[in-house]
Amino acid sequence: MTQLPPPSAKKLGLVIDLDTCVGCHACVVSCKGWNTENYGAPLSDQEAYGANPSGTFLNRVHSFEVQPDQGEAQLIHFPKSCLHCEDAPCVTVCPTGASYKRAEDGIVLVNESDCIGCGLCAWACPYGARELDAKEGVMKKCTLCVDRIYNENLPEEDRQPACVRTCPAGARHFGDLGDADSDVSKLVAERGGFDLMPEQGTKPVNKYLPPRPKDEMPEFDILAPYLEPIASDGKGFVGWLDKALSSLPGGAK
Amino acid sequence: MSLDQPNLDTSPKVSDEIRKTTCYMCACRCGINVHMKEGKVAYIEGNKDHPVNQGVLCAKGSAGIMQHNAPSRLRAPLKRVGERGSGEFEEISWEEALKMATDLLGPIREKHPEKLAFFTGRDQSQSFTGFWAQGFGTPNFAAHGGFCSVNMAAAGIYTMGGAFWEFGQPDWDRTKLFMLFGVAEDHDSNPIKMGIGKLKERGARMVGVNPIRTGYNAVADDWVGITPGTDGLFILAMVHCLMKAGKVDLDYLARFTNASVLVNEDPKSDQFGLFLRDKDGQPQVIDRNTGKLAAWNGKGVEPDLAGTHRAKGVTHRPVFHQMADRYLSDEYAPEAVAERCGIPAERIRALAADLARVAFDEAFELDRPWTDFRGKKHDKMVGRPVSFHAMRGISAHSNGFQTCRALHTLQIILGSVEVPGGMRFKPPYPKPATAHPKPHGKVTPGAALDGPHLGYTHGPEDLLLDDDGNPKRIDKAYSWENPMSAHGLMHMVISNAHAGTPYKIDTLFMYMANMSWNSSMNVGGVHKMLTDKDDDGNYVIPNIIYSDAYSSEMVAYADLVLPDTTYLERHDCISLLDRPICEADGVADAIRWPVVEPDRDVRGFQSVLCDLGARLGMPGFANEDGSQKYQDYADYITNHIRRPGVGPLAGFRKGEDGPQGGRGEVNPNQIQDYIDNGGFWIEHVPENAAFYKPFSMDYQNWAVKMGFYDAVQPYIFQLYVEPLRKFQAAAEGIGERQPPEHLRERLKLTMDPLPIWYGPLEDDQVDLDEYPVHALTQRPMAMYHSWGTQNAWLRQIHGHNPLYVPTKIWEANGFEEGDWAKVSSTHGSIVVPVAHQASLNANTVWTWNAIGKRKGTWALDEGAPEATKGFLLNHLIHELLPPKGDGLRWANSDPVTGQAAWFDLRVKIEKSDVPNEAQPAMPKIKSPVGKAPKELDWKVGK
Repeated sequence: MTQLPPPSAKKLGLVIDLDTCVGCHACVVSCKGWNTENYGAPLSDQEAYGANPSGTFLNRVHSFEVQPDQGEAQLIHFPKSCLHCEDAPCVTVCPTGASYKRAEDGIVLVNESDCIGCGLCAWACPYGARELDAKEGVMKKCTLCVDRIYNENLPEEDRQPACVRTCPAGARHFGDLGDADSDVSKLVAERGGFDLMPEQGTKPVNKYLPPRPKDEMPEFDILAPYLEPIASDGKGFVGWLDKALSSLPGGAK
Repeated sequence: MSLDQPNLDTSPKVSDEIRKTTCYMCACRCGINVHMKEGKVAYIEGNKDHPVNQGVLCAKGSAGIMQHNAPSRLRAPLKRVGERGSGEFEEISWEEALKMATDLLGPIREKHPEKLAFFTGRDQSQSFTGFWAQGFGTPNFAAHGGFCSVNMAAAGIYTMGGAFWEFGQPDWDRTKLFMLFGVAEDHDSNPIKMGIGKLKERGARMVGVNPIRTGYNAVADDWVGITPGTDGLFILAMVHCLMKAGKVDLDYLARFTNASVLVNEDPKSDQFGLFLRDKDGQPQVIDRNTGKLAAWNGKGVEPDLAGTHRAKGVTHRPVFHQMADRYLSDEYAPEAVAERCGIPAERIRALAADLARVAFDEAFELDRPWTDFRGKKHDKMVGRPVSFHAMRGISAHSNGFQTCRALHTLQIILGSVEVPGGMRFKPPYPKPATAHPKPHGKVTPGAALDGPHLGYTHGPEDLLLDDDGNPKRIDKAYSWENPMSAHGLMHMVISNAHAGTPYKIDTLFMYMANMSWNSSMNVGGVHKMLTDKDDDGNYVIPNIIYSDAYSSEMVAYADLVLPDTTYLERHDCISLLDRPICEADGVADAIRWPVVEPDRDVRGFQSVLCDLGARLGMPGFANEDGSQKYQDYADYITNHIRRPGVGPLAGFRKGEDGPQGGRGEVNPNQIQDYIDNGGFWIEHVPENAAFYKPFSMDYQNWAVKMGFYDAVQPYIFQLYVEPLRKFQAAAEGIGERQPPEHLRERLKLTMDPLPIWYGPLEDDQVDLDEYPVHALTQRPMAMYHSWGTQNAWLRQIHGHNPLYVPTKIWEANGFEEGDWAKVSSTHGSIVVPVAHQASLNANTVWTWNAIGKRKGTWALDEGAPEATKGFLLNHLIHELLPPKGDGLRWANSDPVTGQAAWFDLRVKIEKSDVPNEAQPAMPKIKSPVGKAPKELDWKVGK
């Protein structure tokens, strides 16, 4: 089976803010577009206009309802793609070495020319983050847009994954999670970023920021002073108005 | 295996060329970079320089490549050869198609121009198509606003000179409390998402008011799962709380609104309820400097909110007194509305208190001096960091106009419109109702209409009625049934044309509106109307011409189909004369241009109109010698002059010192200048003109310079809308022009000059014990309307539309996953798959709109889930309300504007057997396009 390189200092990955993600799927389709045209085989679609359309996507958004003990149910949008784990089981399970983790930045990739499409890596991945392309018969996965982030043919500001560049709400962040001083690491520290399914022992590089508490508006009694009545009807209001106006600049005429 | 890594080229060539144009995957109109490889579209991303999206792009935008390549694209003009609705067509040449159209339309224009009904659906070129219709001479033109959100637009214009979306936006950078009402996921797509992202980043709070907690509402800090149709009541309860606590911005109300204008309060006077005016017709206020009457806009006048005036035995009180009388009434107390709104009274109070806290305790100032229209200099701009946004959820009800008015009233009493931190207009808005044209409908055979079709009425004298009091327009816009129908009523055209009321038409000509499917109520009924024949075997609606780019459901009902291009193959202008793309800090417009040429025998619809207009010898389209004035739409965009110095595009006009923005002469190179600039033009609003736009001379002078209007026109917000009162007064018997008897009571109720709430009209005519459930639709963020095709990528995200059912109803019916339900209204029933959703108003069901498709359309396989399990709620909604025993059928519309009341729908729901497919299943249509490919692996560069 394939070996992992020694842990790299640089750990490139994504930080995804579940408080901000509105579930619009912009990242899903931008990823589909970029990766259909770039890195390896196109992401194909079967029965594209048929009864059971099914295509290859490297990034999908799932939506979950959460019913708190108290209060209203909530809906969480949860984008999911490869988490570029430090202990990536998809790499160690690969019989051909096609699946590999880059020594220099930790990105997990598939070398399609060596991939035999056996699917073991997809079975090994606890996150369901790999998809076998039905047309090409090779394993497809998030490349962290390795063909964008270092691409000298792109303007510097565009050297980020397609999903991050396109995210309208700014819920996706890209950077070096191995560097404690990077913006993404600080964001994780500030917002209590967490690992997805840490019990799997995969040490994912990607982090998720939790949704902030919802429906926690202050009780009315705290806000009550703001609604202290000044009148009970129109007549009383006009009386108050006369007094209030005289205290305005230019008043007391 | 070894640790050897393969060599990887991390700097591959991205594309041969980037062509920058404007997206059209929805009405948001973002800038896009179209990456080209070998002359083909390879990848689409957002344009970072573009004012609307600043580089980001939604799912639809990124999937544009699949729209452009869609197998459902029409390939050539089509002539119907089978029965209407069958889908039997033969392809014909453009010459034959244009001759057919000319032969139909020429005689109509010569004799009875009104017998052409020209409705252009989800058109983004209404200033052009309207100009064409005006030249033709028919009064029967409108786009889709009547079945979309005219309540929002009209209430905004009448109240404060603009509403939301293309009119205005929250001050995303400064607002601290943002309240979002009834916004479906798809509206103002990227700017709202970007704005929400900014709020979250700054720790500002967001409250979502919506029966459905998905999308934007899912990330809101607080969710108010309101009962549909009660938003106005909830808003007025907050107005009640704020006024009762004196938490209103008195200075702002006095200076910048008509709260200080004096109103005649003598019920015996024929001026009852109208403003006291001076001899120049200016509404009067009491000037606090003198204690005497003064014109609202007099130099140095300080309007008084409290002063009353008695003259000739008639008392006049300021509008604000009337507001106090009305809104302090216990009728609007939170306790009185809580149950109907489905919101506890304490919660309503807490929300109102929070608005007060943020608006007044967190007020701030910007050091930007400005001068108001009374000549008063202000050193600072006062920020009130509460903002609102709303859309169809509150407007698509029969009480929507007044509800939207109520929302604007709430914004205005907080002093939060056009101030830092509040809601801001986008140039060329704001523009008050008085600065818009009035509606025109005077027909002269063989000649142009007497003016633009659509506009704003200011009293009964502006209605479009003939000498017998009958509506002049086929959709009955601007009649007593809906006196302020500023966008027309496209949804009533087929029904009225079929019934021959107010008159019969000859040709129905439509563009880009799926009126035989998701854009019509009563879909089955509409199919019958479109195919119905008279005793002589002729179609009751004699001729139908339709233009669309795709094989939509509507295509099959046309006799002649004019195939349009995709959005990447065409010229367009996103014009200041139309629905602009501006931002609060900048005026902007944009173009589309053919980044690829069509590979089919199709033409841009607007270019076809240039040709047709010339063939018909229409003014504005034919030269004096009869030759064609504009060779195509690009020629029109460049060379058309609307007013001196003003054309469709405001950027790169010819000035004395080279290209200039705003006013200027025709620049023959204008389109290329736009292309070179990334497809758009923007000019920023000067800092001291960026707020208080209606009242600021700094802004007004800049607006004239830019050509938005020709003279400064400062105005104050109309909390009290006098034109409403004029219609109401007519209903009370005042004035020459009188409504029909059966409409009097309704007009008295609904044309109230101050915002009110009344229950959705359907509620009065439906047994609410039998039909207790509200049923709604919304469109998902990743899918829009149905003007495009069923996109190969997006349909994998949204290919199914179950009916989402809240927990209470789910459990009461013993539903389980995979179940189906029969859903019935008074009009009909459907059988559809159900799914459970807990984050939903307990009395509301909903589904995604326009996912359901008809078999044979959009080049989809017959077994596609859209055609087997997909469904429309439209089958349950009728364009008329159920009979109420008075011998009349009342329109299912807002009585003020005619907006389709989609969201008034009441249903009952019961478990059903699992059918083979969703019911009703419509017969298959023969597809006019070829079969779609089974598999896609779209890669242009190899």
